[in-house]
Amino acid sequence: MKFQDEFRDRELVQNMASNIHRMAERLTVPVNFMEVCGTHTMSIYQYGIRSLLPENVRLVSGPGCPVCVTPIGYVDKALAITEDTKNILATFGDMLRVPGSSSSLMEKRAAGADIRIVYSPLDAVMLAKDYPDRRVIFLGVGFETTAPTIAASILEAARLDINNFCVLASHKTMPIPMEILTCDPDLKLNGYLCPAHVSTVIGGNAYKPLAEKYNIPCVVTGFEPADVMQGIEMLLAQTLHGKSKVEIQYSRAVNWKGNPKAQAILSRIFEPCDAVWRGLGILPGSGLAIRPEFAEYDAEQMLSLNVPDAAENPACLCGEVLKGKLTPFDCPLFATVCTPESPVGACMVSSEGTCAAAYKYGR
Amino acid sequence: MCLAVPMKIVSRDGDNIIAEVDGVSKEASLMLLGEDVEVGDYVIVHAGFAISKLDEEYAKETISLMKEVFSGEDMA
Ligand code: SF4
Repeated sequence: MKFQDEFRDRELVQNMASNIHRMAERLTVPVNFMEVCGTHTMSIYQYGIRSLLPENVRLVSGPGCPVCVTPIGYVDKALAITEDTKNILATFGDMLRVPGSSSSLMEKRAAGADIRIVYSPLDAVMLAKDYPDRRVIFLGVGFETTAPTIAASILEAARLDINNFCVLASHKTMPIPMEILTCDPDLKLNGYLCPAHVSTVIGGNAYKPLAEKYNIPCVVTGFEPADVMQGIEMLLAQTLHGKSKVEIQYSRAVNWKGNPKAQAILSRIFEPCDAVWRGLGILPGSGLAIRPEFAEYDAEQMLSLNVPDAAENPACLCGEVLKGKLTPFDCPLFATVCTPESPVGACMVSSEGTCAAAYKYGR
Repeated sequence: MCLAVPMKIVSRDGDNIIAEVDGVSKEASLMLLGEDVEVGDYVIVHAGFAISKLDEEYAKETISLMKEVFSGEDMA
């Protein structure tokens, strides 16, 4: 059992598509289901899932790519950090190309700034250990899947008594933006394919208030094509029966309570804060800030990073793409001026970004 | 960036494991995992940490249910 091949079986996926077509004949109005997570977006483009669905079952892409929702001001702070030669900036690879207001980390690195790509935040802690005279700043972006790995790394730095390591944190948390999008009258959402790996940490219960308060079906869905198809089928079944509950399609990895150990480590280091989401604005309580007890690991506290307010490139429609209101194909810059090699907006940078997925698989 | 992959544990030393997928092996930490795992188990690895154990029983159940409900003849 490799947990993958069987969930990519073409015939199975085709059969599921036929079933979805049959069910969709009973719909009186078209339905809009949002795939919240960038990895879903990628998989949906990669396997051509949209083309398997009837016209009245629409999928819209949501804000679940952490790189894409990171505001430009954050990138500017990262750029400012590289100005001091004492600093080593450590980051996951896909932050490198995200455009700030004047440059990107990629350009800074080409110009000689010390920027290291790491696979794990623990590698950044080890860097700090190896360079005791330098200061290592790690770019902490990501949702509840990633935030615990960064919390664990801070705890590890504390355990090893490393005091030249800190994190520029811009973590975001999940159900809140879904609430905002549910209330958006332009979107008319009828159901969610809830994030898969975020849910391994937060658990299926996290979506219950959303499903109950707004009467919207939520299905925690895996990433393989058969998972996505089954998730859609489960949402359709709920819609046709007038139900709005949380279901877990991805039961091989997600349970109702999530991962309590990861949750505990996360909340030992972080507390909720208001956060700016590209495209969605400031959402109260949707971010994670490092607790004051751990201020020595908080780059915001340890460095004076006063960067002027910055505005996104007005030609980039990422904001609307992240809300599911437009598709990349509606953007005049798509695949002409804006490409993965020279992205205008963050949605074109990360492989989970809607514009990048559409560029790679969707044209 | 959110990339998280199902990997098989090939060795374990305390809280550190080596896990493998498609012939690529990586080190990962078990610091965030509450469930007990051993060599041969599958876990989802993200940014150097195992964040969830994959339940083989549930995986088989999901697949056989899918095949049962979505069998070819039923769709004709
Ligand atoms: S194609 Fe480029 S410019 Fe257009 S919305 Fe996407 S990222 Fe922004």
